[in-house]
Amino acid sequence: MLRRLHHDQPDSFSFTKENLTWAKNQIKKYPKGREASAIIPLLWRAQEQEGWLTRPAIEYVSQMLDMAFIRALEVASFYFMFQLQPVGGVAHVQVCGTTSCMICGSEELAEICKKYISPNQLELSENGKFSWEEVECLGACSNAPMVQIGKDYYEDLNPSKLLNILEEFENGRIPPPGPQNERFAAEPASGLTTLKEFKNEKLRNNASVDLAVTLKDTVTWLGVSKSKSKSKKQEN
Amino acid sequence: MLSDNDRIFTNLYGMNDRSLKGAQRRGHWDETGRLMKKGRDWIIDEIKASGLRGRGGAGFPTGLKWSFMPKESDGRPSYLVINADESEPGTCKDREIMRHDPHTLIEGCLMAAFAMGANSGYIYIRGEFIRERETLQNAIDEAYEAGLLGNNAAKSGWDFDLYLHHGAGAYICGEETALLESLEGKKGMPRMKPPFPAGAGLYGCPTTVNNVESIAVVPTILRRGSGWFKSFGRENNAGTKLFAISGHVNNPCVVEEAMSIPLRELLDRHCGGVRGGWKNLKAVIPGGSSVPCLSGENCEDVIMDFDYLRDQRSGLGTAAVIVMDQSTDIIKAIWRLSKFYKHESCGQCTPCREGTGWMMRVMERLVNGSAKVEEIDMLLDVTKQVEGHTICALGDAAAWPIQGLIRNFRDEIEDRIKAKDSLSSGIAAE
Repeated sequence: MLRRLHHDQPDSFSFTKENLTWAKNQIKKYPKGREASAIIPLLWRAQEQEGWLTRPAIEYVSQMLDMAFIRALEVASFYFMFQLQPVGGVAHVQVCGTTSCMICGSEELAEICKKYISPNQLELSENGKFSWEEVECLGACSNAPMVQIGKDYYEDLNPSKLLNILEEFENGRIPPPGPQNERFAAEPASGLTTLKEFKNEKLRNNASVDLAVTLKDTVTWLGVSKSKSKSKKQEN
Repeated sequence: MLSDNDRIFTNLYGMNDRSLKGAQRRGHWDETGRLMKKGRDWIIDEIKASGLRGRGGAGFPTGLKWSFMPKESDGRPSYLVINADESEPGTCKDREIMRHDPHTLIEGCLMAAFAMGANSGYIYIRGEFIRERETLQNAIDEAYEAGLLGNNAAKSGWDFDLYLHHGAGAYICGEETALLESLEGKKGMPRMKPPFPAGAGLYGCPTTVNNVESIAVVPTILRRGSGWFKSFGRENNAGTKLFAISGHVNNPCVVEEAMSIPLRELLDRHCGGVRGGWKNLKAVIPGGSSVPCLSGENCEDVIMDFDYLRDQRSGLGTAAVIVMDQSTDIIKAIWRLSKFYKHESCGQCTPCREGTGWMMRVMERLVNGSAKVEEIDMLLDVTKQVEGHTICALGDAAAWPIQGLIRNFRDEIEDRIKAKDSLSSGIAAE
């Protein structure tokens, strides 16, 4: 699939102080002389910082890792999670469209995105707040259909639930992610068939939702305050 | 039915304490160091004896794979790499391990790394699993703080560092050599084999790449004994297995069951049965998108294990069961997989790069009935030309679902073409 850099690029890029420290720690995970290994995590952090992956960011990361620009560009254009054009300032909605989700109604979710956001994928909505695309299997098939927004999965959806979620984002709120049909995680919706003795009633959220509601960073470029503890944990 | 006492992933749904303490209360990290002191050979022999076959799709015996690693280092370090790039459509089992029972995986990494003489390990998790990555990293941090990783890990006398690395949305990185390329900071394009990773893998060093589930079951096997694990499932298909069921069942879920469980029992017991009843079953893809589908009428006696499904010209794959009821447009469902493979082909080998697009376009014509009947055999012929003619198995994986469709649903494809034909000739007659 042909993926090119966006025609309109900013002049420069540099990591924030916090991200720079993080990046230097990432590089330490790999043996000496193998710093290039860190390219995907670093490009991803650059994208999180800017909202999309700019040419100056790719140049900056390639210099940091002592790689030729073309090698970094190859990586940026090969991996589909790198957004080479601006995406919605509030939320970029990724609708899983592969078979399990498709037979459970993902096409209706895409219709909602077409109406609410834009008729075409990877195109900003009129107010610039949203964009959407259909992506390949996101690996939450037992909770189909689902979408990813920012860091989180919104699972067990239907069109009206997705619409509500988009409206919440529109109004500056982050709706709680995870299953949207009262399920906890990937257990049978009608109740446990196994592991009944291992249920602790006090736990309210599954691990993914727990992080999302604690860190409140589902969408990082919303301008929501970033949790300090998050960057500490990720340094390893 | 498998009893909870015999389940390895007792916190699969994350409803219990997910911290290290919680994991220890459920029996993980119990005398890890003492078990490791029994030696590398003992571990490999136990895993071989347990009959564990790789849980990532190919079903290669795990213990045998480990034994390919060099016994003595020639100066190069050895690496353990965990394939957590779970991207096969239908598959969502490793996600549950990593976010809800991560210590099974971390402990397994230590034991497996020791058995193959590796002092470092990398877990390559798919980029989209951001919360899972955060959870797993927290668990790794916990293990370091408790002395279970690092120098003299878990008082075993073995030094082991475990690093978490992530991808950025490329299915092909689930292929082990593409994963290694990606981990080295390149495009995820598979390598020619040989050399195999055990000879020259990550950074040119001896490497073993294992699936998350394959490694996460290891500590329990070693604690409870190979005989215990082997007692589940038919001969040559041992153990317990995570099944991920999606699609048209009343309650889709991920569940751990004994290998060789009948499909119908799996669906009835845990998923509330097929939507609209068993007779409403149209087709099942029993092992993730890459394996050929089975038609519903042939599913009555299906047993979920490697050998049975291979004999049915399908496969257990990752045990991701996609269930489709009579309302499904099966041609379109398979077309969507063709679209997936076209999107995910890395472009390195011509038969796959060109073939996946070609197959998808013919599949489109089959979906809307605008193809000619002869094109069905032409398509089948093209799948045979792609299959086996590429560096990695993505070409094969793109070919098999289509072959399964034509084998099981040729009538339906022909009927659609004929219906469209008669419609257009009808219009012409007016």
